[in-house]
Amino acid sequence: MAKQMVTLTIDDQQVTVPAGTLVVDAAKKAGIDIPVFCHHPKLEPVGMCRMCLVEVGRPMMDRATGKPILDADGKPKIQFGRTLETSCTTLVSEGMVVRVSSPQVEEAHKDVIEFLLTSHPLDCPICDKGGECPLQNLTMEYGVGESRFIFDEKMHLAKNVPLGDLIFLDQERCIQCSRCIRFQRDVAGDPVIHFHERGRATEIITNSEPGFDSYWSGNTTDICPVGALTTADFRFGARAWELKATASICSQCAVGCNLTFNVRREAKAGGRIVIKRVMPRQNEEVNEIWICDKGRFTAHHYTESTDRLTQPLVRKNGELVPTTWEEALDLVARRFQTSLDSFVTLASGRLSNEDLFNLRQLTDKLSGQSLLDTYMAGGDLIAEFGVAAGTNFTDFGPGDAIMVVASDLEEEAPIWYLQAKQAAERGAILIVLNQRPTKIARYATHNLTCAFGQEAASLLAMANAIGSSEISRLPDWIKEFPADNALRLAAQAFADAQNGVIIYGQQGIGLQASRDVAQAAANLLFLTDHLGRPKNGLLAAWQRVNDQGAWDMGFRPAEDLKADLSQASAAYIVAVDPVGDQPVLAEALQHAGFVVVQELFLTETAKLADVVLPAQAYTERDGTYTSAARRVQRFYPAALPLGETQPDFAITAQIADRMNIKMEGSLAGRVFQQIAKNVVAYENLTYRKLAETKPQWPIVGRGDLYYGGTSYENSQGVGVALRPASQVRKLFRVTWERPQAEWPQMEDALVAVPLTRLYDRGTTVTPAKVLTPRLTPPHVGLNPEDAARLGVSDGGLVVVSLNGVTGEVYAHVSERTPAGIVFVPRSLGLPIDAPSPVGVRLAEKALARPSNLQRITR
Amino acid sequence: MNRLLKEYPQEVEKTLAKYPLEQKRSAVMPLLYLAQRDKMHIDRQDMIDVAEICGITETEVKAIAGFYTLYHEEPGGKIRVQVCTDIACALRGADEFYAHLCERLGVEDGGTTPDGAVTVEQVKCLAACHNVPVFQVQNADGLTYYENQSVESALEIIEKLRQGESQEEAA
Amino acid sequence: MSHILLRHRDIPDINKLDVYLANGGFSAFRKVVTGMDKQAVVDEVKKSGLRGRGGAGFPTGLKWSFIDNNSWPHYVVANADESEPGTFKDREIMEQNPFQFLEGVAIASYAVGANAAYVYLRGEFWQQAHFLDECIAEMEKAGFLGDNLFDTDYSLRIYTHLGAGAYICGEETALLESLEGKRGQPRLRPPFPPSVGLYGKPTIVNNVETLTNVPPIIERGADWYRTFGTEKSPGVKIFSLSGNVEKPGNYELPLGTTFRELIFTHGGGIPNGRGVKAIMPAGASSSVIVATDEALDTPMDYEQVQNVGSVLGSASVIVIDDSYSMEWVVNKTLHFFKHESCGKCTPCREGTYWMLNISNRIHQGRGSAQDVDLLYDVAKQIQSKCLCALGEFSTMAVVTGIERFRTDFDSQGQSTPAEG
Ligand SMILES: Cc1cc2nc3c(=O)[nH]c(=O)nc-3n(C[C@H](O)[C@H](O)[C@H](O)COP(=O)(O)O)c2cc1C
Ligand code: SF4
Ligand code: FES
Repeated sequence: MAKQMVTLTIDDQQVTVPAGTLVVDAAKKAGIDIPVFCHHPKLEPVGMCRMCLVEVGRPMMDRATGKPILDADGKPKIQFGRTLETSCTTLVSEGMVVRVSSPQVEEAHKDVIEFLLTSHPLDCPICDKGGECPLQNLTMEYGVGESRFIFDEKMHLAKNVPLGDLIFLDQERCIQCSRCIRFQRDVAGDPVIHFHERGRATEIITNSEPGFDSYWSGNTTDICPVGALTTADFRFGARAWELKATASICSQCAVGCNLTFNVRREAKAGGRIVIKRVMPRQNEEVNEIWICDKGRFTAHHYTESTDRLTQPLVRKNGELVPTTWEEALDLVARRFQTSLDSFVTLASGRLSNEDLFNLRQLTDKLSGQSLLDTYMAGGDLIAEFGVAAGTNFTDFGPGDAIMVVASDLEEEAPIWYLQAKQAAERGAILIVLNQRPTKIARYATHNLTCAFGQEAASLLAMANAIGSSEISRLPDWIKEFPADNALRLAAQAFADAQNGVIIYGQQGIGLQASRDVAQAAANLLFLTDHLGRPKNGLLAAWQRVNDQGAWDMGFRPAEDLKADLSQASAAYIVAVDPVGDQPVLAEALQHAGFVVVQELFLTETAKLADVVLPAQAYTERDGTYTSAARRVQRFYPAALPLGETQPDFAITAQIADRMNIKMEGSLAGRVFQQIAKNVVAYENLTYRKLAETKPQWPIVGRGDLYYGGTSYENSQGVGVALRPASQVRKLFRVTWERPQAEWPQMEDALVAVPLTRLYDRGTTVTPAKVLTPRLTPPHVGLNPEDAARLGVSDGGLVVVSLNGVTGEVYAHVSERTPAGIVFVPRSLGLPIDAPSPVGVRLAEKALARPSNLQRITR
Repeated sequence: MNRLLKEYPQEVEKTLAKYPLEQKRSAVMPLLYLAQRDKMHIDRQDMIDVAEICGITETEVKAIAGFYTLYHEEPGGKIRVQVCTDIACALRGADEFYAHLCERLGVEDGGTTPDGAVTVEQVKCLAACHNVPVFQVQNADGLTYYENQSVESALEIIEKLRQGESQEEAA
Repeated sequence: MSHILLRHRDIPDINKLDVYLANGGFSAFRKVVTGMDKQAVVDEVKKSGLRGRGGAGFPTGLKWSFIDNNSWPHYVVANADESEPGTFKDREIMEQNPFQFLEGVAIASYAVGANAAYVYLRGEFWQQAHFLDECIAEMEKAGFLGDNLFDTDYSLRIYTHLGAGAYICGEETALLESLEGKRGQPRLRPPFPPSVGLYGKPTIVNNVETLTNVPPIIERGADWYRTFGTEKSPGVKIFSLSGNVEKPGNYELPLGTTFRELIFTHGGGIPNGRGVKAIMPAGASSSVIVATDEALDTPMDYEQVQNVGSVLGSASVIVIDDSYSMEWVVNKTLHFFKHESCGKCTPCREGTYWMLNISNRIHQGRGSAQDVDLLYDVAKQIQSKCLCALGEFSTMAVVTGIERFRTDFDSQGQSTPAEG
C-alpha cells in the first residue's frame, strides 16, 4: 500500500513527504536544517530540549464546507499558531506552512541555546566532541557573543564520572537531552542508565552492577549531541579533525556491521598509522547506525598487539627460527608438491573470500580437502534457501514473522537481537525456541522451550503440526514428532504470517545438531511457503565473520578433524588454532607429514608447525566478507601492514606460483574478479558494484551534525546481497532428513553443553584491554541439585574433565541450568564444540583467584 | 532473599493488587515507602528488592527515588521534621518560626540533631497555608501534620517523638 | 446559604458513612447506575457548565465526552495532588466530606465507562490517603463499590496512590507517569489523556473539587447548579484564602464573588492595620494583581479575573499587605519553581535556576543595576517555550511583579519583609 503523500511549504520551498513525517524530518529531506538536540530520528519524539521551535501555519478551513478559505489572490489563508511549535513533535499536514528562518524563530533558537550554555562549561578546546559537536556549531551560529550569566553561579559538576568500565560522563557538559537514556531503554532494551534528581540537579546515573551493564553502551557516545559521554577507549585519544576515516566491516561476528576506522599517524607509535577508534558506518540494511561494544572495543586492538608475528619462521633443529619469505615459501611449495596423496587445508571464516578462494584453488589442484574450522553447519542450505535479496530487518512489522532457534541472539549476532526486538515491538511475530531463557525471549510473542538435544525435533514437530492437512508432502516418520499446544500455536502463527525467516544459532548444539536444525528449518520454511522472496528464508548466526563466504567458496566442516589431520601428508592451517581450541589435536598434528601455519599470532598450533607464515590483519589490507545474510561487503586498508606480513591470498598465490599453479595474488580486487567468474552465486559482482551506495534515511554525518555528529555516512559501499540459488532457479525442493545428532548417553554422567557468549576470551578479544574487566573468568554452570551432590557452592572452584582436558574453573550454581547439564561457555579455555560427557569434582584446594585469566590452568 | 517479600509479604501483595497484573511497575512508589520505613532511607539493596518485585532495573528505581523529595537516599534522622516556609506560610511568619526552631534544636538548616535522631528541613507548600506555622513529621509511621504550632509546642512534639523512637530502639 | 461542597460545615460528621447516607448520600450514584444512560450523565454535567477546578477551568462534561470509545479499558483519575502554594481546599474535602468526593469519582467512572479509578494524592497526604482507604473499604462493604453494583452489571473499584513530593505531579500527564511508576515528568500533548492516558488507555483526570460538584449536579440537576455563579462560570467554588488576612481559610462562594467580599467580609480584612498591596489569585503561579479598588471589586470567575491581568486558576487567593516588597515575593516564588522544575525541558530547567540566581543577587543586595532587567528578560525568554505550563507559571510573578511593582526591585536594602 503506497503511503499517502503530503505537500507543505518550508521556508518558501515546497516539500512532498509521506503522511506521518515529522516537520523536522521533512525539512531535513528538503535540505533545510532545523537545529535539534533531543530529537533523534531513530528514537521516539520527546520534544524536550525545545531547540527545534518553528512557526507553523495551517490553512484556515471553512467549517461549513470543509474547504480551505482563500485570500484575495485565491491562495489558501494560513493561520499561524500563537506560539512556536517543536518541529520534532509536529506531524506534517497538507498545505502546512513552516517558517524556520523568520526573525521570531531565530530569536527562539538563540534563547534556547543561551539557556543550554548557561550550565555548559564551554570547554570545547579540550573536549572529545570538539570539531564534531552540534552544540558547538549551533553556538557559532546562534550563540550570543557574551554571557549574561555570572560564571561563579554556574553549576560546577564532576567531569570524569565513570558510568562503567567503558563509558565516562562529564556532568557539566550534559544537556539532559535523554538521547542516551532513551537509546538504552527503547532501542537496546537495557534501561541501565537514567536521570537522577530533577530540575537543574538532574544528572545521568547508573545503578547497575557492573555499571552501565549493556553490550550497547558505546552507541550512546555517538548519539550524545555534546561531549558528555565518551568511551574509555578513545577519551582524550585524538581531536576529531586529526582523524582520517576508513570504511571497514566488523570481524567479530557474522552480521557484518559496517564500520569506520578512525586513524591517525602517531609519534608514540613510531610514526605508524594507528586506529584510534571504531565507529559505526551507516548501512540501514545491515546495522543502521549501531554497533555492539565488542565490535567497537576489540576490532582494532588485536591488530596492534605487540605479540603479532612479523616474519616467517621455519623449524630448524627442532626450533622455530626467523627466515626469509623466499626460503619459507620455497620450502612450503616443495613439500606441498610432494604431498599430493592426502593434502589438507584447514581454514576459518576469519579469512576473506579472496583468501579462501585462493586456498581452495590450491587445495583443489593438490587434490586435497578444503576444511572449514567450525562447529556450525548448514551453509550449503543457506546458499540454497537463504533469505532473498531485499530482506531488511528494519522493514519487519505486522504480518512478518521471525523465528529464533537455538540462539541467544544478543550473544551471537547482537545487531539481529536489536532488530528482532524492535520488529516485535512494531508488531512482527517473534517466535523464540530455545533450551534456556534468553534475553530475546523477553520480546517473544511465542516463547517456546525445548530440552537440549530436541531442537531439530521441535522444528519437525511444528512442521508436523502444520503439515497434517497436506500430509502427502511429509514423510511418514514425521509422525514420531508430535507437537504440544504451544508448538502448534507458534507453528500456525508462523505459517499464517505473510513473511517468515528462521534464524538458527550456536547455543547448545554442535556440528551435526546444527545440520539437523538447519535442515528442519529449511523444511519448515518450505512447508509454510517462506522461501524465495524478500523477507523469507533461512539465516544462521554464524560463529565467524565470513563463515558463509567460506561455505560459498567450497569449504566444508571436517567430519573427523583428528583423523584428517593425523593422516595428512601436509596440512596447511590458515587463521585457525585447532590445538589451542582442542589440545587433543596436538597429537594428531604430530602425525601429519608437514605442517604450515599461516597466522597473526604464534598460536598453540603454530608452535607445532614446520613453517609459520605471518599474515596481515584485515585492517591492513582490503578484501570482501560475505555476511550471514549473504551480503558481500568490502573492507579497506586502514593501517599500514606490520613488519613483513602479507595478505593471506597473496601468500597462497606465491606458494602456488612456485608450483606452477596460476593464481591471482597481486591485488584482492583481481582475486575477486576470479571469484565472480568462478563462483556461480557471485556472478556479475565487481569490486565497483560493492562500493556503490544508496540513499539512506535517516541522513547522518552531514554538516549540521544532525545525529550528534559522530555517525559516518556510507560513502564506500553498502555491499550487494546475493540471491539464494533456489530463487534464481525458481525451484524449491527440500529433502526430508531425520535428525542424526546423538545425545551423549551415559549412565549418571553429566553432559556438558556449549554456550556462546559475546564477551569470550578469543584471540581477537583479549588484546582489547578496555574490555578485560567485562570478561567473565572461566566458569561452568551447574544446577543446584548437581552442585549439592558434588559439594560445590556457587563461586567455588571445581575440576572439570572435558574432551581430554582437565582444568580448574569456577562453578556458577543457578536454577537456570537444568539438572544433569553443565553449561560450558565456548572460548573460555575448556574445549567444547558439541554436547559431551563431562566430569566435575570439587577442587581440592582453591588456587588464588585467577584474575583476567586467558586460559585455564591445566 | 528479597527483604520486602520476607518482612512485608501482605503489604507487598496488597500494593500489587491495586494495579493491573501487567503493570507491576506502578507499585514502585508504594514499595519505596515500604523499603524506607525502618531506616528512613533507601539503600541499594532496597532498590534491587523493589526492582525485582516491579520487574524493572535498579537503575530505574534509583531514578524514581531521586526524583521525589520524600524518598531519602542518604541516612538522616529517623524523625524528619519538615517545616513549610513557602510563600503563603512565609507571609505569616514561617521563616522566623523555622529559624527559631533550628536554633532551639541546635541544628543548621537541613541538619540533624547531634544524637542523630531528628533532621529538620524546609519544605515547599504543604496545603495548610491557613494554619501557620505548620510542619509535618516523616517517620516510620508515615507522615503527620502539625498545624498552628509555636516553637514551644513543636519542641514538645519533637521530644515526644524522640522518646517514642528511643523506646522502640530499646525494645 | 448552605454549603454544596463543604457540607461538613452544615452537617457534622458527614465524613461518616451513616451520616452521609442519612443525608442523601449515594443516591446520585444509584440514580445514574440504575436509571441513566452514560451519555445522559455526560450531558447533564455538560449542561451544568461545570468547569475544572484544578486550575485550567476546562468544561468537565466536554472533557468526558472526549473519551475514546475505540480503546479499552477506561480509567478515571482524581487529581488530589494539591500542591500549588496557597491551595488547601481538596485536603479539607477529603478529610471532612470524603464520601461526596468518592461518589463524584464513582459517577464520573460510570459516565465514561471506567471500572477502575485512582485517587492520586500528594505524598504529604499520607493520613488522608489512609482515611480514604477506610472510606473506600466501607463503601465496598456497603455495596457502593465492587461488582454488580445495585444489581446491575456495572462494577467499579477505587484505589488510592500516594505521590512522594513533586509539585509537577499535579500536571495531569506527569501525574499519569508517576502513577505508572515513573519519574513524574509531563508527556507530550497531544495526545490528551481522554485518548491516551493511564497505561496508554483513555483516561479522565479531574480535580477533587471538580468531582465533588458532580453528585449534587446529578441529584438536583444542571439548572439548579446554574443558579449559582455567572453565565460562563456557573456554580460555586472553594476559595483558599491565605497570607495577610485575619481569617485565612477555605470559603465556598458562588463564582463571581468579588475579591473585596472574600478578603474583607469573609476573611476579616488585613491584620495590623495594614493595607492590601497585592493579590495572587492563583497561588504562586499567579500574575500579581495590584490591589486597586477596581481590582478588589472584580468578580472572581474564569473570565473577569483576566480583566485585571491575572487568572483565577485554582482560586488560591494569597493576600500580600503593604509591608512586603514584591521583590521578596518574587524571590520566594522562584525558590519554589526552581525546586519543582522537573528538568525535562531546557527553558524551565535552566531558566528557573538562572532566575533564582539573579533574584537572590537582587534580594541580597548584590545585584547590579541591570539585574532587574536581566531577570525580566530571562522570564520573557522562558515564556511560550516550555513543554508544560510549569515553566510558564514560574515567570508570571516575575514578569508582573517587575512590571507592576518596579520600584520594589530598584530600591535594594528595603527588600526584606518587615518583622512579623
Ligand atoms: C504545574 C501544574 C500543576 C498542577 N497542579 C494541579 C493540582 O495540584 N491539582 C489539580 O487538580 N490540578 C493541577 N493541575 C492541572 C491539571 O493538569 C489538570 O488540568 C487538572 O487536574 C484537570 O482537572 P479539572 O479539569 O477537574 O480541573 C496542574 C497543572 C500544572 C501545569
Ligand atoms: S516546563 Fe518545567 S516542569 Fe514542565 S516539562 Fe519543562 S522542565 Fe518540566
Ligand atoms: S524539542 Fe525538538 S529537538 Fe528537542
